[in-house]
Amino acid sequence: MLEMRAITKRFPGVLANDRVDFDLRAGEVHTLLGENGAGKSTLMKILYGLYQPDEGEILLNGSPVEIHSPTDAIDLNVGMIHQHFMMVESLTVAENVALGLPSNRGFRTDLDAVSERITELGTRYGLKIDPSATVWQLSVGQKQRVEIIKALFRDANLLILDEPTAVLTPQEVDQLFKTLRQMTEDGRGLIFISHKLHEVLALSDRITVLRQGRITGQVPVEGATRESLARMMVGREVKLAPDKPAVEPGRPRLRIESLTVLGDRGDEAVRSLNLEVRAGEILSIAGVSGNGQREMAETIGGLRQPTSGAIFIDDTDVAGKTPAEIRAAGLSYVPEGRMKNGCIGAFTVSENLLLVDHQKAPYVKWGLFDFGVIKEHSAQLVKQYAVKTPTLDTTARSLSGGNIQKLILAREISGTPKVLVASQPTRGVDIGAAEYIHKRLVEQRTEDTAILVISEDLDEVFALADRIAVIYEGQIMGMVDPATTSREEIGLMMAGVHPETTSDRP
Amino acid sequence: MSDFFTTAILVATAASGVRLAVPLLFASLGETFGQRSGVLNLGVDGIMLLGAFGGYYAVLQTGSVWLGLLIGIVVGMLLGLVSALISVTLRAEQGISGIGIYLFGLGMSDLLFQKLVGTPLPITKFPKLNFPVLSDIPVIGELLFQHSVVVYLAFLAVPVSMYIINKTTFGMNIRAVGENPEAADSLGVSVNRIRYATVIIGGTLAGVAGAALAIDLGIFQQNLTNAQGFIAIALVYFGAWRPVGVMLGSLLYGFVNAIVLQLKTLAIIPPDLSDFAAMAPAIITILALVVVARRFKAPAALTKPYSRGE
Repeated sequence: MLEMRAITKRFPGVLANDRVDFDLRAGEVHTLLGENGAGKSTLMKILYGLYQPDEGEILLNGSPVEIHSPTDAIDLNVGMIHQHFMMVESLTVAENVALGLPSNRGFRTDLDAVSERITELGTRYGLKIDPSATVWQLSVGQKQRVEIIKALFRDANLLILDEPTAVLTPQEVDQLFKTLRQMTEDGRGLIFISHKLHEVLALSDRITVLRQGRITGQVPVEGATRESLARMMVGREVKLAPDKPAVEPGRPRLRIESLTVLGDRGDEAVRSLNLEVRAGEILSIAGVSGNGQREMAETIGGLRQPTSGAIFIDDTDVAGKTPAEIRAAGLSYVPEGRMKNGCIGAFTVSENLLLVDHQKAPYVKWGLFDFGVIKEHSAQLVKQYAVKTPTLDTTARSLSGGNIQKLILAREISGTPKVLVASQPTRGVDIGAAEYIHKRLVEQRTEDTAILVISEDLDEVFALADRIAVIYEGQIMGMVDPATTSREEIGLMMAGVHPETTSDRP
Repeated sequence: MSDFFTTAILVATAASGVRLAVPLLFASLGETFGQRSGVLNLGVDGIMLLGAFGGYYAVLQTGSVWLGLLIGIVVGMLLGLVSALISVTLRAEQGISGIGIYLFGLGMSDLLFQKLVGTPLPITKFPKLNFPVLSDIPVIGELLFQHSVVVYLAFLAVPVSMYIINKTTFGMNIRAVGENPEAADSLGVSVNRIRYATVIIGGTLAGVAGAALAIDLGIFQQNLTNAQGFIAIALVYFGAWRPVGVMLGSLLYGFVNAIVLQLKTLAIIPPDLSDFAAMAPAIITILALVVVARRFKAPAALTKPYSRGE
């Protein structure tokens, strides 16, 4: 039904798509796979009319089309589920669905008719939703349903799904996949964009891999493996899970005792949470985003004040102390927001590496920077942590996400911390850099560091963790051993089902 | 003080409060449209001043108050178009560009007045309506049924605005564009077209507000509005971007203003303190703003220019 021929798109300094051919048949799921910046999103934005291609042509059902705007795309029955939900939070579900469409009642809105159709579509595709609910009240999974209904409401025959599973629990993903299959059975074609390899293998009929704007492989799902796909994405053999030498965990170095923290809206984001991380182990916190993990990490790092509870690093209670005091007690912290809290974009690589120690000897002498020592130190770290940067004086913001993350990690690990907290350490980072970051984190266990990794990516959780703690609504739902636990069990706990009840299931 | 608390004076004061609220009501309703779609137009006062002069001059020349009002509409529309061009198409910083419009309106209205008129000549005012029976009811008659058409138009504009914003496709588009222009755009709603429309509506109503003010006073002078356009912007926040709230704010301001004027007239406030008393409405509005407006959220995209793919 769709053919994109030799699509080329240039941005200043970047060739985002280089003569890319892509096609889609009715009733199939064709996956676009690739690292961040490989050109998947660009290609799909071209198809949806958000970008114009510099070269190449698009054929829909055999005839060439020009798509200048999303309106053109919608008119051609092309729909897109964006990675970030495209919804107006203050409007109702029905209003969001009706937005941009002519009303049956002239200039007045006709939300009753819209609601009726939403319920109809919901029943048919397993997308239950209350049309009169205001969007900000909905859960992430429900919002996604609204996005799909929006596309179905506009009779989308070709639907682009840009990383639709990024924020869902495994159960929600299963439900989503059921809906998507129902849609392909009706003869619709789906383009699925993802970098979660097991999902790609579970859903796709065909897979096209992009790297640096070029197609590096197009394969049917039969015979494809995670390893073969990763190789096509990165261009070399990749270890998806780091080798983990056995390390005997020692005494608890990070102890959190009945910690309660308020979230941004004044609700209790973390509720009397207890947790212990021992020397030489990686404890991973798994959970759907928004269940208090960000607030917990920020509180450990001193960026947020707890309302009650204690946080011990070795024997020092650091709860409510300033970040400088907490760091002095032995904490290193890789925050969730790379550019927001992790580094200063306008500073150079060298300055960013210095940040934590910028008031200490040997970098400061008589109140002045000793640039010789600083340069030597940063050159060594850049080399040791394989940060790809043209010079030490390049600004951090001009590096890629993966290299910024390596830079932050270099700064945080190099002081041999007692406790290391890493929030979403590889989110939005390419596979190669993620592989390296995982390796470093695992190595750090041998230094007697207690490591707390917070991640929404279950693959990462399983690859790193010695123990997994599942967080739900600000509390630890359960502590499990990754070797004896399935993704499904963790998924249920992430959705708030207690482990005791899961083991009773038939 | 006892002079003030007589029925006749209280009713007259309240009735004049309603009248004084009218220019603010027009201007702040207009600004509500713009802000709901994500555009802050700080130039309201400048548009009001030019609308006021336009309206005044037209009445001075022809004697027709309706032609004056029409000129106010036209002037407001044109300046609304200019504002939209600056903030929507050229994507200028909204916190700054509106001040430019204001200064332009302030200077230009005075220049035109000096060149074309010179001495402040009085003009015909709006005729007061006289409803049979209703206007003769004691108290209520004076309070509600002895105003000019413009007063009723202003208050009629409140439910009309509510209907447009909440019950029409256009209004839904306005709300969507003000909260999440990207989402609206992805569904084929033209963000720029909607914003042009709302900013032009805002300009038009500001022009009407100015003309209504000048023709109500029957006079024009330099800086006639005395920064009422800025109060109108504050009232949009005060009214939490809702027509009824904006109306209540305008009435509050009108009443406080009327009371201060009345107290001055009755010499209850000594003349040498009258300048301080003149600040009272503004101060009360600001205080109310601080107390009330915190509970409501502004449209998420307010003051943010939109361009696709950024």
